[in-house]
Amino acid sequence: MKLFRPSSREPLWREEISIFSADERYVNRRQFAKFLVLTSLGMFVGNLWILVRSWLAGRPIYPARQVALAGEVPVGGVKLFRYPGPEDPCILIRRGEDEYAAYSQKCTHLSCAVYYARQEDRLACPCHEGYFSVRDGRVLQGPPQRPLPRVVLRRRGDTLVAVGMSSHPEA
Amino acid sequence: MDMDRMDRQASRYPPERRGLTAIDGALSLIAILLIVQMWLLTATLESFLAGHREGVLPAAAVSGLLLLACLGLYLFVEAVDRETRSRP
Repeated sequence: MKLFRPSSREPLWREEISIFSADERYVNRRQFAKFLVLTSLGMFVGNLWILVRSWLAGRPIYPARQVALAGEVPVGGVKLFRYPGPEDPCILIRRGEDEYAAYSQKCTHLSCAVYYARQEDRLACPCHEGYFSVRDGRVLQGPPQRPLPRVVLRRRGDTLVAVGMSSHPEA
Repeated sequence: MDMDRMDRQASRYPPERRGLTAIDGALSLIAILLIVQMWLLTATLESFLAGHREGVLPAAAVSGLLLLACLGLYLFVEAVDRETRSRP
């Protein structure tokens, strides 16, 4: 903290390392305070980093993109794909002959990849045991607070096309 | 009579001890602010990872204010430290 130090009579070492045992209590407390303030600075830098990442990411755009052919995935099967960007993993689930659902694969808790638990017919996050409904993406159990973002699918002939994302569960 | 009482109090609480008490109080406040800042960072990160960006800017502003408060308390600690130790 040299910036705030007045032109002192004492040399720096004498302030940092006291030769009097009674002053040790002061030196220790001041150094501990300095450590705490530096930790606080680290927390602030962390918040700034999140802010910069948020600004750099910008607003997502949702292009129409082919996800799969209609018969490509067996009933009860899944297909992984990326939408809307190459770093956005998603999962397509075929629940019935003509029943498809697709969700972001990032858990809304801490972004672990969710998988389809076929026996329980739900999406599961292996990191903290969060579970989501395959029907609408809402949270069934565990630490996640928000539903899984749903990929809006359209059927165009024999192909399934992703046309957008929705954060709200749909019945 | 009052002077006697003040003398007694002054001998019971010498400046060194009062300085230490003030520094301990400031340290406690810094620790509390730091805990709030840690919680804020955790909550912001969790919200950001979930794709919610609306709270990121206010969180950074509040974190900056908390840092300034910690810095102010540290300057107070340094001032008390210097004043107390510079006494003859």
